[in-house]
Amino acid sequence: MQNTSAMNGQRWLMMVPAVLFFLVFALIPMLVAVYYSFLNWNGLSTPQWVGFANWQTVFASGEAWHAIRLTIEIMVLSWVMQTPLSLLIGVFLAGDQKYRAVYGVFYFTPLLFSSVAVGVTWSYILNPNFGLLDALLKATGLGTGNENWLGEPSTALIVVAAIISWQFIPFHSLLYHSGARQIPESLYEAARIDGAGPVRMFFSITLPQLKYTFITSTVLILTGSLTYFDLIYVLTGGGPGDATLILPMDMYKQAFLNENIGVGSVMAVILAVAGVALSILLLRLSRFNRMESQLEGM
Amino acid sequence: MEHGVGAAGARATARRSWWRQPLAWYQVAVALAGTVWLVFAFYPVFYILITSLRSQQGYLMGIPWLPSAHPTFENYATVFQTGFAHYFLNSVIVSVCTVALIVACSLLLAYVVVQTQNRFVRLVFNVFLVGLSLPIQAAIIPVYVLVTNVIHLYDTLIGLILPSVAFGLPLTILILVNFIRDIPRELYESMYLDGATDFILLRHLVVPLSRSALISVSIYDFVQAWNNFLFPLVLTQSDASRVLPLAITNFQGQYTMNVPAIMAFVILSALPLILAYAFGRQYLLRGMLAGFSK
Repeated sequence: MQNTSAMNGQRWLMMVPAVLFFLVFALIPMLVAVYYSFLNWNGLSTPQWVGFANWQTVFASGEAWHAIRLTIEIMVLSWVMQTPLSLLIGVFLAGDQKYRAVYGVFYFTPLLFSSVAVGVTWSYILNPNFGLLDALLKATGLGTGNENWLGEPSTALIVVAAIISWQFIPFHSLLYHSGARQIPESLYEAARIDGAGPVRMFFSITLPQLKYTFITSTVLILTGSLTYFDLIYVLTGGGPGDATLILPMDMYKQAFLNENIGVGSVMAVILAVAGVALSILLLRLSRFNRMESQLEGM
Repeated sequence: MEHGVGAAGARATARRSWWRQPLAWYQVAVALAGTVWLVFAFYPVFYILITSLRSQQGYLMGIPWLPSAHPTFENYATVFQTGFAHYFLNSVIVSVCTVALIVACSLLLAYVVVQTQNRFVRLVFNVFLVGLSLPIQAAIIPVYVLVTNVIHLYDTLIGLILPSVAFGLPLTILILVNFIRDIPRELYESMYLDGATDFILLRHLVVPLSRSALISVSIYDFVQAWNNFLFPLVLTQSDASRVLPLAITNFQGQYTMNVPAIMAFVILSALPLILAYAFGRQYLLRGMLAGFSK
């Protein structure tokens, strides 16, 4: 009799489409990027092998360090801006009162727009000449009305991180909402009988029970930070100067605008290594790969 | 039965009691903070909407944070006159094909991963797990060279679909594997003994039992495909193959000062998601969470 768990020709065949797609369009390109990082090539000319020259250039000029530093900064800023707020909002929405559910309907609306749409919208809200924010600040006397929010090198990255947070806090509060809904009501009842107040219950029941949601959300924010491209492309294009030139933006600029495929590929390889290293680290820390799909909380 | 009634009853009292009791300070504070966030989260969305309904004069002269007294749909007409329907159709084609291919390939692979203990299959699955963390951006240069110089699909919708499928696979496979694993083994074995082949098992057991996961993951992949910007930016160029996210930036380039028209474009580009939110909020939100909710 046949074993249900044995491999057979048909099963090998069933794996082919996914493996083929992934090999051809993801894995092999990733390896090819490593090869490209050793070339002097503008995409049209005959590629020239230059060894580690591109690598030396980007590290010696400080370009790579700058991009890495900005990427880490935006990672930290996104986490700090998103995590506490998402947690509080998620728990808030999981409450029983009717008005909270109604608020939730509005809280999640930013999720409906693409990063490009969000970027375009905020670029007009923050426009220094006719933007909404400056108009509001001027009318209320809180500002001069001439603030160039994205044009100031010292604050551009913080403003970008704030917009990223506006876009993604709804997603993370949805996660926490779903997690908080799964906390058994009996825990709170027991605490209430013991005379615990809401603040006490938040810290000794809600927070510990949301541990896995916290890990998931943190993993997603940290790995997601490596990929903020769309929004920055639309909002600042990496500028002013190189104030928001994080890794993916620098990669794009070098490869597709400066037509320097070798240097662009160095950035791409750094990005890939950062992505894999970060998630292996986080997998180890959190056993994320044993995540189960539990959607009952929705 | 009795337990169910009791739980429902307790919930109802909990709900009733909060307005009977005098409001505690923290309830007021919480409601206030919730309202502040409501303004932060929703007002920009509201602003997109009211601005899209303004005339251009109204935008320059009026009070920007209030809705116009004379709302107009002229901006939506402008957007449609600039080929919006064509970009929309392109986006639909690309997103639907991408999702169909991702889900089909992932389902087949996930089934094999769950069914067998083979070491090579394990390895393949682990490679996909690592792939979960590969940023699309890291592979875009070779993908561009591949699509342009090797398979000669630059500036075509197919050239856009193929790499998008590859990068959608890892998460979809992970979610489906986790879901299919929960199907009791006895069900497979009894059907297998009755002579069912793998395809019969897939069609009559796996697909019906994992319908909710398939729907969620399809929604997730659709949203990703619909909003993807980097692939269209790098892999397409002409009007004929332009999809919506790229069309927004293009439209913005042409109508820089016509902010109301750009906001109308933003609204229309999100139309499928807005409609899904209006008519199937729970499905959409569940889909957006994919398998991340634990």
